[in-house]
Amino acid sequence: MTAAEIRDEILNILEVIAPDEDLSNIDDSVNFRDQMELDSMDFLDIVMELRKRHRIQIPEDDYMELASMNSTVKFLEPLMKDIAKA
Amino acid sequence: MIRTAQDDQRIVITGIGLTSPNGDNLPEYRAALLEGRSGVDNYHIRYVGDTLAGECHFDELKHQKRKELRRGTRAGSVGVYCANEAINDSGIEWSGIDRSRVGVYVGVTEHGNVETENEINEIKAFDYDTKVWSHHHNPRTVANNPAGEITLNMGITGPHYTLGAACAAGNAGLIQGAQMLRLNECDLAIAGGVSESIRTFGIFAGFASQGALAEHSEPARASRPFDLDRNGIVVSEGGCLYTLERYSDATRRGAKIYGELVGYAMNSDASDFVLPNPVRQATCVNLALERAGLNASDIDLVSTHATATPSGDIQECAALRSVFGDSGKTLINNTKSFIGHAMGAAGALELAGNLPSFDDGVCHPTINVDNLDPECELPGLVINESRENCKIKTVLNNSFGMLGINSVVIIQKV
Repeated sequence: MTAAEIRDEILNILEVIAPDEDLSNIDDSVNFRDQMELDSMDFLDIVMELRKRHRIQIPEDDYMELASMNSTVKFLEPLMKDIAKA
Repeated sequence: MIRTAQDDQRIVITGIGLTSPNGDNLPEYRAALLEGRSGVDNYHIRYVGDTLAGECHFDELKHQKRKELRRGTRAGSVGVYCANEAINDSGIEWSGIDRSRVGVYVGVTEHGNVETENEINEIKAFDYDTKVWSHHHNPRTVANNPAGEITLNMGITGPHYTLGAACAAGNAGLIQGAQMLRLNECDLAIAGGVSESIRTFGIFAGFASQGALAEHSEPARASRPFDLDRNGIVVSEGGCLYTLERYSDATRRGAKIYGELVGYAMNSDASDFVLPNPVRQATCVNLALERAGLNASDIDLVSTHATATPSGDIQECAALRSVFGDSGKTLINNTKSFIGHAMGAAGALELAGNLPSFDDGVCHPTINVDNLDPECELPGLVINESRENCKIKTVLNNSFGMLGINSVVIIQKV
């Protein structure tokens, strides 16, 4: 997946786990938590969805990398580079 | 004795929030009962396949966000809907309420089966890899979940818990709420019962294995308590929560009062896992009467528990015969014939459907009785057509469950 495709995938996951949020104007440089209602269980949902959809295991120590869209995409790029977009 | 002259020990119902397979508020539900409208329909569930059930169709988004729905359980959602509707119906100014003095007491037949089955089904697609088992599983399956979701949704900081009481749970919730008001543990109780049981295949499969799951080519005619051709239970979901207040508080704020809880009782059969015990049921009814300071002849209407299993119906009729005799003065009906067995919600829902009779003087019937089982013949049984122009001031509501748990409440017009 390219960086743009990974971003689309994360957006898709956010639509599922935060269905009341308007994601059309998300700021990729700002922490998710500062622009939408997400708690620790929601972040675990992001981790779980990546595990279910792409069999990606994210160690707990790396959860902080999922803070914003930019940091998430940057962190996932090497892990998802060989995964084809569905 | 429960009954007392002290107004702060008298407990009254001031609000009702409900969802039933045939109505999502009391007026709708009552109209369906008087019109003979069933809520039972065809239903499909994994592994079991095509069967029958009573499914609720309330607006889930009326009181919850999509995210709450996704994170929570169906029982929680039913509870949140009913609790909000009950508060709205009560006329209480919610924004001015001290929510640390509100208690939530929700009866459930079971909880956690639905969520566990869903997770097992989910990990099956991953060759049972438990690494994809949801972190939401524990908060969804803890036994207090349906009551806890209500407190989260409504910002209630008083006590909350569920009462696991099999199919006696609806009455048990109501009784618990009254007791907590009397003990001054809260000033307002949200109490009753909920059920999500149609979402678990295990309930259906279990009743089928027991030979107690109803089958019928016409869904609306499948739930047939007291009928010779009955062949089992129709499983339903639903919820009914009441706002309970002390009489003194209710009158002070000029509240509408549906009725007063003048008597209640719970006891145990201690005789069988499944089969009911009419002696213990009669003891429970008599205990509720004694605590209310009433005689059997003071009861105008008995709302029966009968589920359309041969043994259960006959045993309850034997219990009622021993208490009420053959006078026929006391009317007897059954609501499961319309909505099926709403499990943890059954007792609370069945009571609610009869409370409007205080004002409209109508006793709704037991429907689907084409051939009355002679062993269920009771002189006051109201069959297939409503009885009008009745003077109904006192209703006794039966609710019994597996492992031999019995509950009875008596509500009187104020």
